[in-house]
Amino acid sequence: MSAGTARINVRNRDSGVVQVGFAEKRIADALMIQQIGDEIGKVVDGEQKPRLLLSFRNVDFLSSAALSMLIGVNTRVKAKGGKLRLAEIKPDIYQMFKITKLHSLFEIFDTVEEATKGF
Amino acid sequence: MNASPAPYLGRVQFGATTEGLAEFEAEVDRALETHGYQDSEAFAIRLAIEEAVANGIQHGNRRDPAKVVDLECRVDSDEVFVAVQDQGEGFDPAAVPDPTAESNLEIPSGRGIMLMGAYMSEIRYVPPGNRVEMRYRRGAQSEDR
Repeated sequence: MSAGTARINVRNRDSGVVQVGFAEKRIADALMIQQIGDEIGKVVDGEQKPRLLLSFRNVDFLSSAALSMLIGVNTRVKAKGGKLRLAEIKPDIYQMFKITKLHSLFEIFDTVEEATKGF
Repeated sequence: MNASPAPYLGRVQFGATTEGLAEFEAEVDRALETHGYQDSEAFAIRLAIEEAVANGIQHGNRRDPAKVVDLECRVDSDEVFVAVQDQGEGFDPAAVPDPTAESNLEIPSGRGIMLMGAYMSEIRYVPPGNRVEMRYRRGAQSEDR
């Protein structure tokens, strides 16, 4: 099943994992980040114990404000006893996670397939 | 003998939003490509510009639409110079908590300054701290990267 929204696309996988992709290649603008955070928040709110997988396949550029939004999503998911995983992050963006040491906060996988295993 | 491309000089101002920044960054991207910078170098420079302008608008001018953030960028084949100035009171960058400390990892702020420092070769806050000047020198990136 697929559901479309303005900033993200949501796919409910057979395994019960909710996979979210991003419509934008560049996630930097403050208003856009707020909208994305709100849309992901609604997805999280709609799950009892969310298993949320964010795919960055389409994303070429992130700002630190986007990283902050992801931290907020992680907090929200954990508050419901759920899990958040990230996948398909391009090398330049992954470097940002490493510099800020957020690669130790998030579970990050190379591919969506790897991320869904044992989720 | 091949002459070096002419240096690029760009300047733009922002109010309470970053509207127009993506277009300016695309212009800088083209200048970087003309001067032979790699994609990963362009990413680093774009990120530093993005973070500096966002900080100026949000923390410097506190989104006051009556104030402006001034962005200046110069690109040549040896280095990129970026200056961002807001109309706020300034700040002490040393007082910003380290976002990579274990206890601060989940705090959603303070990473922009850190990323600018990590990606650029040199960064200088001009007192009282409402102007930041950054340089990216080819082959001399910060060792933090």
